Amino acid sequence: MPRLTDHSAIDGKFAAPEEHAEVLVIGAGPAGTAAAIEAAKLGASVVLIDENPVDPQLMGLDTPLLFGGRMSGAVQRRGRLIESLVAANPTLEQAAELGVDVRMGLTAWGLYVGGPALRALPAPMVGLADDDRSWMCGFDRLILATGARDVALAFPGWDQPGVVGAGGLHALLQRYDAFTGRRIVVMGSGDLGVQTALTAQTRGLEVAAVVEALDRSPAAPERLAALSAAGIALLTGHTPRLAETGRDGVERLRLTNDQGGEVAIECDTVCLAVGLAPAIELLNAAGGRIVPDGGRGGHAPALDGWATSLSGVFAAGDCAGLAASEAEAAEQGRQAARQALGGAIEGGPRRGPDAWAYQQAWHAALTRDVDASLIVCQCEAVTRGDLLEVRAPRYLGEPTVAAKTRDLGSLIADGPPNQDQVKRLTRAGMGPCQGRRCREQVALTLAQAAGISPADVPLALHRAPVRPLPLKVMADWQETQAMTDGWEIWFAIPGQWAVYDDIGTEREFVTPFGGEG
Amino acid sequence: MAANGAANGASVIVIGGGVTGLSAAWWLAGSGVDVLVLDKGVVGWEASGRNGGGASHYHSPLFHEEQRLWPQMDALLGYPTEYQRERVIFALTESDLAAYQGMAAEGRKLGYSVSDIDPRQVRELVPMASEANLGGVHLHYGGHANPQRTVQAYAWALQDLGGRIAQHTPVSDIVEEGGRVVAVETHSGRIGCDALVIAAGPQTGMLLAKVGLRLPLGFGRAEMIVTEPAPLMKIGGVDGNGLYGRQTLRGNFAFGGGPHEWIELAFDGPTARPSSPLTRNLARRVAELMPGAAHLRLIRSWAGVIENTPDGRPVLDRLDNPANLVVATMSSVGFGLSPASGHAVRDLVMDGRCSFADLGKLRLNRFENIRDDWLEERGWLPPD
Repeated sequence: MPRLTDHSAIDGKFAAPEEHAEVLVIGAGPAGTAAAIEAAKLGASVVLIDENPVDPQLMGLDTPLLFGGRMSGAVQRRGRLIESLVAANPTLEQAAELGVDVRMGLTAWGLYVGGPALRALPAPMVGLADDDRSWMCGFDRLILATGARDVALAFPGWDQPGVVGAGGLHALLQRYDAFTGRRIVVMGSGDLGVQTALTAQTRGLEVAAVVEALDRSPAAPERLAALSAAGIALLTGHTPRLAETGRDGVERLRLTNDQGGEVAIECDTVCLAVGLAPAIELLNAAGGRIVPDGGRGGHAPALDGWATSLSGVFAAGDCAGLAASEAEAAEQGRQAARQALGGAIEGGPRRGPDAWAYQQAWHAALTRDVDASLIVCQCEAVTRGDLLEVRAPRYLGEPTVAAKTRDLGSLIADGPPNQDQVKRLTRAGMGPCQGRRCREQVALTLAQAAGISPADVPLALHRAPVRPLPLKVMADWQETQAMTDGWEIWFAIPGQWAVYDDIGTEREFVTPFGGEG
Repeated sequence: MAANGAANGASVIVIGGGVTGLSAAWWLAGSGVDVLVLDKGVVGWEASGRNGGGASHYHSPLFHEEQRLWPQMDALLGYPTEYQRERVIFALTESDLAAYQGMAAEGRKLGYSVSDIDPRQVRELVPMASEANLGGVHLHYGGHANPQRTVQAYAWALQDLGGRIAQHTPVSDIVEEGGRVVAVETHSGRIGCDALVIAAGPQTGMLLAKVGLRLPLGFGRAEMIVTEPAPLMKIGGVDGNGLYGRQTLRGNFAFGGGPHEWIELAFDGPTARPSSPLTRNLARRVAELMPGAAHLRLIRSWAGVIENTPDGRPVLDRLDNPANLVVATMSSVGFGLSPASGHAVRDLVMDGRCSFADLGKLRLNRFENIRDDWLEERGWLPPD
């Protein structure tokens, strides 16, 4: 008997991907470029895509990095930026010479791999987009080399122009050559903070100070010696209290020290360099397994070698767990490519110091005695007080008497803290930046309130599209005829919308709306 | 709350902290009943907290009660649900227009006010609507609420009335003695009860099987998308072009519709609810319906798993045997009707019959003779 199919079910309605890559590499940083080159050398046909140069409007939303409004007009000239990006990564040219199809300025916004609850997918595929349209690209092997995101921590004034992340600063300085700041203060003196300060100075910026909330820097002695040799001041035991701003954003950073002393440092940029987080958005949204691993920077892919839990999908570089250097990231990329193409597994990601411990210490310092009005989620204007009170957004009016009895403590008493639950109630993380600026600090706040490790706060799930793209770009304007013909508003079960009194009468299956029998 | 006090049992146990179970427990607690909700995860976590939020179900016997209760829910619960009255449904095709007008006629027959609106009136109410729209209907009833906020409001409200909720407490078995349910088994032990409500969404049938009863269900995955906020329109409840959805009070558009995927489901529930490239087809239809919104950024998509009975209608039934067992599945249309379905379940538990509506056509025994291969017969099988 031929199998019957519900005409409004998804079966057969998806088109095959518009294009196909034998090996698709996402991210043309050190790991991704090395992976693409290695795969090409092994004889594979390779497509390497990178989202840079990013749409300036997205940069304004601090997407994908915390740019803090410190990008120059150069980011508008995207044709010229591609030259600058290629110049910043000479191996890209090598990749192209080896036949790698290098495409800049493309966004990978979704990863779809079939599974028990998604069998209708004709093939594993990635959603891509340029400025005008989106399409699907199938792959045999996918190597994610999506890098790391900035971990932002709030302090008064952090929502003003001039507060950037280490990743955002690095991109603007090294890749875009489009940074407008001149005198910066770096928050955080771990390897990330020290490297950020040294790079900034090399690029001609004035580094007013590296600030450390802890009593001592966690960086290795030789790194601190390099900082000292460069003449950059390290202020340990100092906590930023306010970024004072003027017309153009940050003008100075006010700090207090452990003895109650106050310091003010003139600067036009404050760079948050307390941490980076592996950019796991695509893998997480696709249902790939993510594990809490502070030694790899936070939530990181579960890996077997460089293979993720999704068949045919590999990860390398910072997105696999914060590489120590560009050289190490490149080596990971090569290994991932070899494993993807059937080679032997070599090693796996490194583990560094527990990123969460350091971020927790900074978060504790920044939130000590801080005013409850401190904005934590910039998109939705959710304050620290709102989070602690689990307060509904202000457009719903003053909290009711009952609502005032509810707070983060009562929510946690009812079950372990859950960031997605808090997100839905307070809206923290639900805005157009997709939680990029507040995700880690909301998790840290929940951990703080519950007295647990951030590792035990379930990851707030990423959802596709992992970049906020316009409807008209996301839209499938060339969908299959089967999709158009079989589109129903709901399940289209005959008689489902029959008015109750009509059930059992001749009118039962003559309904005006969806699914007449 | 975890399992604290759960060990002492409860007069009524509700399995399932979805919107139907929570509402039922809230109604029971409001009647002074010692009620305990057991959920395998977090309250309102699955389709109950992620859906279109619509509250305009003229077809249901619970319709009048749905319409009576929603305007009062914020006050009754003590927490905001974001309920907004009214709905606009407008057409881009003649066949859609006829369907919407037919639906409006059903609403009128039931005594509710509906206006036919022309294309210009559509654009007054929905400024982003297509200039090519053919007009539609304006329901002066129904409306929409925020599912996430509403499920938490039920949960908190029932606690405020003395009810209890144990999250992360899946029920593994149901214990019967002498034709009655006497307890349920959980990882924290056996919990005694005088009556049991199973309102466990997709797991409802699997739980009923523990007492030898059959509730045939198919499981579908459905998807929605959300945009960044836009200026608030006069009426946020907007449907058309094969979509259902709403503009939230924050301004985001949330829309769903289109093909579902039939899936297999284990007792411990869907471990993943992946959205699919259908996101793009939804984006297209929103942009077609409201070209003025086409520039808005799409910021999320999500999928939920919903159960459907063979006729797509609820089972709301106090069984004959075990006589203290009430079954409640809303068959994929549960959120909007929840104020009324909870009331109905409360009545069934306490009085054996619903005080405000005839539920005789929603009994479980209507599926007694359904064939074992009913899913194949309907084509409700997962893709090959």
